[in-house]
Amino acid sequence: MAYNLIGKDFTPPDVLAKVTGKAKYAEDIRADGMVFCRILGSPMPHAKVRGIDDSEAKKVKGFIAILTADEVPSFPPPNNPILNNEPRFVGEPILAVAAETETAAVEAVNRIKLDLEPLPFVTDPLESLFPRGPDARTNGNVANVRLKLQQIKWTAADFAKAGDNTLPTGKPAEQWQFGDLDGNFKKSHLVLEETFVTAGNAHNSMEPRTAMAYWKNGKCFLHGSAQSQQFLIFGLSRFIGIKPLQLVYSGAFCGGGFGSKGGPYAEMSIPAHMSKKLGGRAVMMRISREEEHYIGKGRPGFQGKVKIGFRRDGRILACDMYIVHENGPNTGFWDFRNAGTSFSIVFQPEAMRWQGISVLTNTSVRGPQRGPGENQTAAAMEPIIAQAARKLGLDQVAIRRINAPDNSARIGGKQGPVTSAFLKDALDQGAKLFDWDNKKKESGKRNGSKVIGIGVGSAYHAGGANGFDGLVRITPDGKLHVHNGAGNLGTYSYAATSRAAAEALGAKWDNVIIERGDTRKGLPFVLGQFGSNSTYTQTRTNWVAALDAKAKLQEIAAMDLGGAAGDYDVTDSKVFNKADPSKSMSWANAAQRAIALGGKFSGKEMPKDLNPITKWATASIAGTGLIGVAKDKLPKKGVVPALVTAFVKVEVDTETGKVEVLDHVEVADCGTAVHPQSLATQIKGGAVMGYGLALGERYIYDPKLGISGSIGFHNAKVPTILDIPSEMTVAHVGKPDTSNPVGAKGVGEPVQGASAAAILVAISDALGGHMFNRVPVVPDMIINAAAGRPQSHKPLAVNTQ
Amino acid sequence: MLKDMMSSFDLQLPTNVADALKILKKAGKDGWVMGGGNDSLTWFKDRVKQPKTVVDLSGISALKGIRVTADGVEIGALTTLTEVVGNATIKSKFALLADAAGQVASPQIRNTGTIGGNVAQDTRCWYYRGGLPCYRAGGNTCFADTPSAMNREHTIFNADRCVAVSNSDIAPALVALDAKMVIQNSGGTAVVDAEKFFIGPAVDITRMTVLKSGDILTAIRIPNTWAGATFYFEKVADRNVWDFPLVNVAAAMKVAGGTIQDMRIVVGAVEAVPKRLRVVEDLVKGQKKGADVAKLAGKAASRGAKPLNFNHFKIPLIENLVTRAIRDA
Repeated sequence: MAYNLIGKDFTPPDVLAKVTGKAKYAEDIRADGMVFCRILGSPMPHAKVRGIDDSEAKKVKGFIAILTADEVPSFPPPNNPILNNEPRFVGEPILAVAAETETAAVEAVNRIKLDLEPLPFVTDPLESLFPRGPDARTNGNVANVRLKLQQIKWTAADFAKAGDNTLPTGKPAEQWQFGDLDGNFKKSHLVLEETFVTAGNAHNSMEPRTAMAYWKNGKCFLHGSAQSQQFLIFGLSRFIGIKPLQLVYSGAFCGGGFGSKGGPYAEMSIPAHMSKKLGGRAVMMRISREEEHYIGKGRPGFQGKVKIGFRRDGRILACDMYIVHENGPNTGFWDFRNAGTSFSIVFQPEAMRWQGISVLTNTSVRGPQRGPGENQTAAAMEPIIAQAARKLGLDQVAIRRINAPDNSARIGGKQGPVTSAFLKDALDQGAKLFDWDNKKKESGKRNGSKVIGIGVGSAYHAGGANGFDGLVRITPDGKLHVHNGAGNLGTYSYAATSRAAAEALGAKWDNVIIERGDTRKGLPFVLGQFGSNSTYTQTRTNWVAALDAKAKLQEIAAMDLGGAAGDYDVTDSKVFNKADPSKSMSWANAAQRAIALGGKFSGKEMPKDLNPITKWATASIAGTGLIGVAKDKLPKKGVVPALVTAFVKVEVDTETGKVEVLDHVEVADCGTAVHPQSLATQIKGGAVMGYGLALGERYIYDPKLGISGSIGFHNAKVPTILDIPSEMTVAHVGKPDTSNPVGAKGVGEPVQGASAAAILVAISDALGGHMFNRVPVVPDMIINAAAGRPQSHKPLAVNTQ
Repeated sequence: MLKDMMSSFDLQLPTNVADALKILKKAGKDGWVMGGGNDSLTWFKDRVKQPKTVVDLSGISALKGIRVTADGVEIGALTTLTEVVGNATIKSKFALLADAAGQVASPQIRNTGTIGGNVAQDTRCWYYRGGLPCYRAGGNTCFADTPSAMNREHTIFNADRCVAVSNSDIAPALVALDAKMVIQNSGGTAVVDAEKFFIGPAVDITRMTVLKSGDILTAIRIPNTWAGATFYFEKVADRNVWDFPLVNVAAAMKVAGGTIQDMRIVVGAVEAVPKRLRVVEDLVKGQKKGADVAKLAGKAASRGAKPLNFNHFKIPLIENLVTRAIRDA
């Protein structure tokens, strides 16, 4: 379909502020009389606070107040507390101190003496599952979102049966199954069974989660760092203890989140509570790099086992997967569930059983990180698929193609439908761009100590949601305002999706103003900016709001110029009679008429099915123009799959363990490219993050002390500019998803998983099919493998170096 | 403890060495010498080290620059690593040092980091850096020397209560080049061989070098002994920029007619000091430079290694790097 704006490059309006340094992040906000607060984190992985001695802290010049856990709302376990008298990981905030200057606040924090009673702690889920093993919480060791806090212990027999090097598989917390698992394993020509470990890792967002708050006229004004905007309001107001409409939230810019700042988070409310204690005085709470490591949430790690049955031609007949998920001490995130779902869609097994358990550990708090569960799964599973191809004598692309989903694909335990899937096309396109047939001939080619390896891997994440609200406004100056409640993670999708509204109304882009970044701007309730959903979800909401505005333009024109609404069409800045274009009305005049008419035209009346936040937003701008507002009720049957495949050529130095990626091609099945330049950046950026997942980033904990050895950009081993190839080839299939008005779907998350998977497959290929069954693969593992020496870690060890 | 906010200190900016020494003498144990500030500011921001007086040497021009001398070159301790990398004399006569300096950290850090600061830097043991009160920090235990510790970056040779290693990329190159370290204090000037400049925990568990409170490393002299020799430097790190070595190797060889006449070879990040491999040096002397002797040298290099948790890989890695230093130089 031909579009005026969709599929064309443009400069998002906030780019200039970012490249000139004028963008104001939470830490840049200042207010009269502002004071600073800093938090005191736990030095122990699990302890009870028996006493707090602040007598020396109070002597610090500039000391103002201390805020303790007793003074802030508490939430049912295992929710993340705001402040905690029973910290469950090193760095967990116990209290906060406010002072006139930040230096004084830090000095005062460091003078506080805590009386802590150490409690048992655990960093390895399997230790906690062993009979009488330590629990991360005093009242349980298993929990997750929609999985109640409980204690589950496996039997000593479960462990003995598995031995030391295979994952024991005791009672799962959850499971599903479809198809004839046993029958299909029996029918399989090849059955592979592997135990694997994927490491958890921190997000390392560039901007730590600093926040600033003050109170005025009964309202709390909060500046924060978040991926999302209106999605935060309900949860954040609960953390503060106010009604949603009492919260004014501003967050026009976000220095990275990768999932860790998708929803409301407890710590953001600390300056609000402190400010309230100080009579509303502005309080800035800066978060340090180290604190961000602790409270910034991180990717859970897996200890897993998988048994996969293959037909002679590579078709996967059966998969039996068990995931032990390392969840940190609190609610965490459901990566373990996504492991099963993602395998089911990417490889379309004919029969599958998934079992999982989310085990609590006294390690940094966890949350979703780009492709939560799906990307660990891609990185762990693809080398096993590659092994099957080797054993079956099949081409690596062919084995993936025969299993790849198409539009008839099914997903998950319930085997529901998908809206579209073109992974076969992505594989074909990628193989061509990569020149697979020729490059695969280089596999195993040696140059001194260096060996070439070739790899391919795919990944999935759901790529869109529905049922949220859109809001647009045409003002008497003839401008189209797209009120975007999504947030600004940094992907520019807030701008790209706003173009769907402009497209639907035929507006010129320079006649569009995007309203965003502050609840006072009248922003509708939409899903947060996470889960690769924004492009799909918000093109729908903006589209339906624009169609509502269009209908109102047509009605007004018919009212004033005669005829029926259907006689009129809308184009750039005017509404006109299709039969007689001389009968027309400018948007500016139509907006004036809408204000005069009132009712639904000016937003004084609105659909009843809108979210309360959208209703409030609409009411706040009612009477200022022609309002288009609607809930997205467009049809959507099934899960929207974002699918990506990557092709990689590496050179592995067997003497140093160093891996150099020589070629990287990545192809996305993401429907219509709404903003091609941004899409390319998304794919490349995600691919680079895949280098971290595959080659270095991981949590390291001393199991005796519970302290972290991967704090900060250096120790976290985030990839640098010299660790990635200077060029990557990125592309997209370009087949539209027909459930979206502009054919778009998401892309942000699987780009990382596919990249990591392809790299790991390529390393394994270079080493003659060596199976590490561990993510990441770091130089020491390659050195050991190449030298024929045993690895330093046991197969099931977690949080290792 | 809350980190990432420096505590206050008295900042002194002397313009000559004599004044700097006076200030340091007065400050005693509470004094701190700062070169480029990369290591110092990390300690201060983490609040692990909280000196009362910081003597910033950056205003002392006499400590900067590279001078050709009668028997080699003298490099002022405050000379940046970027200058070392780009210096024509160093590149032509002592390329080993230029190569090593070019591998340090990142371009940004090399622009501010000094050669003196690099060799005087403290160890990166993550337990010690995290502020734990270990032996090296003046305490009475080592948190890294336990049955379950995370020791990937730690020592494989000569652990002595402390298991930390020397992390410098420059240090092995200086030892290989037989550099002389010029140290001044209020008592006068001393010149120490690079090999003796670095000290292990058996000598003093709280220091990595012979530098004591009140000392300033003012210059590094490289004699012509190894000028124009066959050099090899390689660093293996997790990342290609902004990382410390897992193991590095620096070698200087005199080769004539395919035969190794003389050699000095030093590996880093395997012990608290840059480890000079005298056995390897003895072994290769008079041998044809080739794959066989290189392989034998590699095997000899790792003898006596006692790995800790997760650092067994340093054994094949030291073997491979020593092999490469002889085979590929």
